[in-house]
Amino acid sequence: MAELPTTAVEIAAAVRSGQVTAVEVLDAHLAAIDAREGEINAFNLVLADEARAAAAAVDARIAAGDDPGPLAGVPLALKDNLCTRGVPTTCSSRILEGWRPPYDATVVQRVAAAGAVAVGKTNLDEFAMGSSTENSAFGPTRNPRDTARVPGGSSGGSAAAVAAGFAPISLGSDTGGSIRQPAALCGVVGVKPTYGLVSRYGLVAFASSLDQIGPFSTTVADSALLLEAVAGHDPLDSTSIDQAAPSLLDVLDRGVEGLRIGLVTELMGEGIAPDVAARVRQAAAALEAAGATVGEVSVPATSYGLSAYYLIAPAEASSNLARYDGVRYGLRVDAPTTAEMNAATRTAGFGDEVKRRIMLGTYALSAGYYDAYYGKALKVRTLIMRDFEAAYEHFDLLLSPTSPTTAFRFGEKVDDPLSMYLNDICTIPTNLAGHPAMSVPFGAGADGMPVGVQLMAPALGEATMFRAAASLEAAAPSLEEAFA
Amino acid sequence: MSAVENLTHQPVEGEHFTITSEATGDVWEIVVGLEVHCELATATKLFCSCPNMFGDEPNTNVCPVCLGLPGSLPVLNRNVVELAMRLGRALHCSVEPSVFARKNYFYPDMPKDYQVSQFDRPINVDGWLDLPDGTRVGIERAHIEEDTGKNTHAGGSGRIHGADYSLVDYNRAGVPLVEIVGRPHIRHPEQAKTYIDELRAILLATGASDAKMEEGSLRVDANVSVRRVGDPELGRRCEIKNLNSLRSLGRAIEYEARRQVDLLESGEVVKQETRHWDEGAGRTRPGRSKEEAEDYRYFQEPDLVPLDPGADWIAAIDGAMPALPAARRDTLAAAAGVAPTETAVVVAVQRDLDQLALAAIAAGGDGSRVLLHVEHNLAVEGAESLDPAHFAQLVTMEVAGQLTATQAKTVLGDMLESGKAPDAIAAERGFEAMDSSELEGIVDGIIAESPDEWADYCGGDDKRRGKLQGFFVGKVMKATKGQADGKAVNAILDARRTAAG
Repeated sequence: MAELPTTAVEIAAAVRSGQVTAVEVLDAHLAAIDAREGEINAFNLVLADEARAAAAAVDARIAAGDDPGPLAGVPLALKDNLCTRGVPTTCSSRILEGWRPPYDATVVQRVAAAGAVAVGKTNLDEFAMGSSTENSAFGPTRNPRDTARVPGGSSGGSAAAVAAGFAPISLGSDTGGSIRQPAALCGVVGVKPTYGLVSRYGLVAFASSLDQIGPFSTTVADSALLLEAVAGHDPLDSTSIDQAAPSLLDVLDRGVEGLRIGLVTELMGEGIAPDVAARVRQAAAALEAAGATVGEVSVPATSYGLSAYYLIAPAEASSNLARYDGVRYGLRVDAPTTAEMNAATRTAGFGDEVKRRIMLGTYALSAGYYDAYYGKALKVRTLIMRDFEAAYEHFDLLLSPTSPTTAFRFGEKVDDPLSMYLNDICTIPTNLAGHPAMSVPFGAGADGMPVGVQLMAPALGEATMFRAAASLEAAAPSLEEAFA
Repeated sequence: MSAVENLTHQPVEGEHFTITSEATGDVWEIVVGLEVHCELATATKLFCSCPNMFGDEPNTNVCPVCLGLPGSLPVLNRNVVELAMRLGRALHCSVEPSVFARKNYFYPDMPKDYQVSQFDRPINVDGWLDLPDGTRVGIERAHIEEDTGKNTHAGGSGRIHGADYSLVDYNRAGVPLVEIVGRPHIRHPEQAKTYIDELRAILLATGASDAKMEEGSLRVDANVSVRRVGDPELGRRCEIKNLNSLRSLGRAIEYEARRQVDLLESGEVVKQETRHWDEGAGRTRPGRSKEEAEDYRYFQEPDLVPLDPGADWIAAIDGAMPALPAARRDTLAAAAGVAPTETAVVVAVQRDLDQLALAAIAAGGDGSRVLLHVEHNLAVEGAESLDPAHFAQLVTMEVAGQLTATQAKTVLGDMLESGKAPDAIAAERGFEAMDSSELEGIVDGIIAESPDEWADYCGGDDKRRGKLQGFFVGKVMKATKGQADGKAVNAILDARRTAAG
């Protein structure tokens, strides 16, 4: 048997042209899962049987002369907060025990319609709240590059699945960095699109005004391919932007000649590990060498991003997670009265971090505190948007580290919420602004673990962002290349 | 003994209803503001395409969105906005750019444990509603929100506390509501009922709602407080819930006002609280006690975008606005030459007979006579299909003395049945005008036939005379086969008695 293609672009091309079958491709990935999943724990659920049926259906369509679509036969992993019809969707929480959604998320429908083969539901920090996947009720996911370290989070399972070769692409969700940070820590590409570019219908909500679904992949082109397949207006999501999916694959080879790229001062100073900062400067130099103009730019309000985020996101979460009350679905812990049943169910069903954020958010919205907390956070959000707008008057894209450090070890931060929250200091501002951003692997840090650099763009600036990402990918040092 | 029993309440004609304390002589007035929830008559729910249907099998009109399943998202029903704006404009509100907000509280009939409503930026603000008696009741706001499901508690008292188990029907969850918040401009229990009647007429005229109190598509909460007449400050209010009929509304307001006066008169204070009306016991009772006021933690609904219907849409709604009750009363009153507050005018519009009355007046019918028939003789099905020209002719014959009032009523009944013209019916029935000398002759003949009764009639007391008047009129009617005008007969009898005395 000829060597199988490994990237999504190659797999789809080979399956569509009949060079390989979807079943062959799937079997290779299921074998990889068999070999290492016990050690990695990327999945809450592997859908081997369903995937085999889907792959066989793709092959049948090829045999019948049909085109199954741009993701023909491409194995794909889904974060377990994306609703899948008839298949348990847990958000890595005990509270959703036994719940099977009666419907598919829009993105799940779209990847299936494009010919992709879903291989499983990936692990996450409970309800996407966390930066290490340690907050999963089903045990942490381990970083495939070093299993003593975290994969990042909250989409740690989706990042690890791609990094471990369990699937060439996966979908995650990003509320404050939950795609980009694990992508950086696992050494893969991860994209948070413009808010509203990808439908949130069927994504179990954490913080509705910040949540956005996006791709993971090993190559920039694969993320472009997957984003093209899932983006575009959805009448079921009122916040979905009324326009077609952008063309991304077509622009990847256009280079960065003439692009103005700003290195964000506030995201390069205190709290950023020197080796990570050095890789980001190296990336800036690489972009400059490729023809871009690189300068430093101050985006002052980003310094308040973390504080604003930890009021806005928990506030929305406290409301979004109210429905898990034991009445209609999921866990129910019986008690004499309805109110006591609600409380007993939520006490048993939610983990500590989820409870912490529900309490934070409830407090921030409370009468007498609203103006001082939630209200003020909304003002900061407006300021951040204004500061970004000012920066984008002079720059096409912005550049920063994705995460302040490389992957840390298990237990290192889990008992110190504030230091865990600081992981997202570079990624949060774009969620607050609703802008697109992505993490591109760019060599290793002093510990040999991957470093990701973050590219940020104004709303709907994905095409320009992907051009720069392709340039960075071409210039990136290998992981083995020693840190200078 | 309760002080309430020492109070007498004195309904005053017009807009005020006061309670006078016998102990202190203080006069108290009632201040009422009504909050009305009405279900909009859309085909589908507020945020999904499930049918908006009353009375179906429980939990059949549901989907992931109205069940609030994880991951589901709301999409605003355009028709809800249309109907809400129609209602708002009919209430003279300004339609503003608005936003939706989440009202957070836990209750099992609420699938998301928050209600999507409008809070600080409602769609309709600052309007008014004119009552038939001329009172203008301010409308603070009329905003859009979603309805909850319905709980049925088995065992215990029928309330959630102490129930053996509870069943929840989510068919109603997500049904579109408009909450109409009236200002505290109502001063009388009857006025509160009239306000609801008038609001109902507007809801029906605009097609916004079927407004059925008995099916719960129109629900009324009353904020009731009392104050000494002349006191500019509002008293502390109680919100009365569970008002399932207009009768309950009137009774509950009256009871609650007396309860509050009782408390204040005995030196106690009124606790601001929610109270439930118990129709059987005829009293209000405190709702479930809460240690603190509920904190709903309102914030803007992030799953929906701000709503700005724009000037064109509002103009289209204004352009298509049907004639509303107050305007219809004005038109009819002007045509009939009477005040719009006349009962007959109010009744004509209530019964949808104002178009008929206007047409009859336009065809030459006397306005007052037309309204008199509409008020007293046309409370029947099919009245609106009466031929206005025939109606006008009937009234004209009556005014000309060709028909007595009694005959006219009979002819009108026949007209409704046969559709024939009044002159033809009068001829068939042998209703001919009787001149007064002929009638006088008949009356005199009957007096001569009954000298004892006549003597009694002339000399007896009022009571006796009243009885004998009936005796004589009856005889005249018998003699004239009912064609005599009762009033004319009375006048002749009176004249003869005066002459005899």
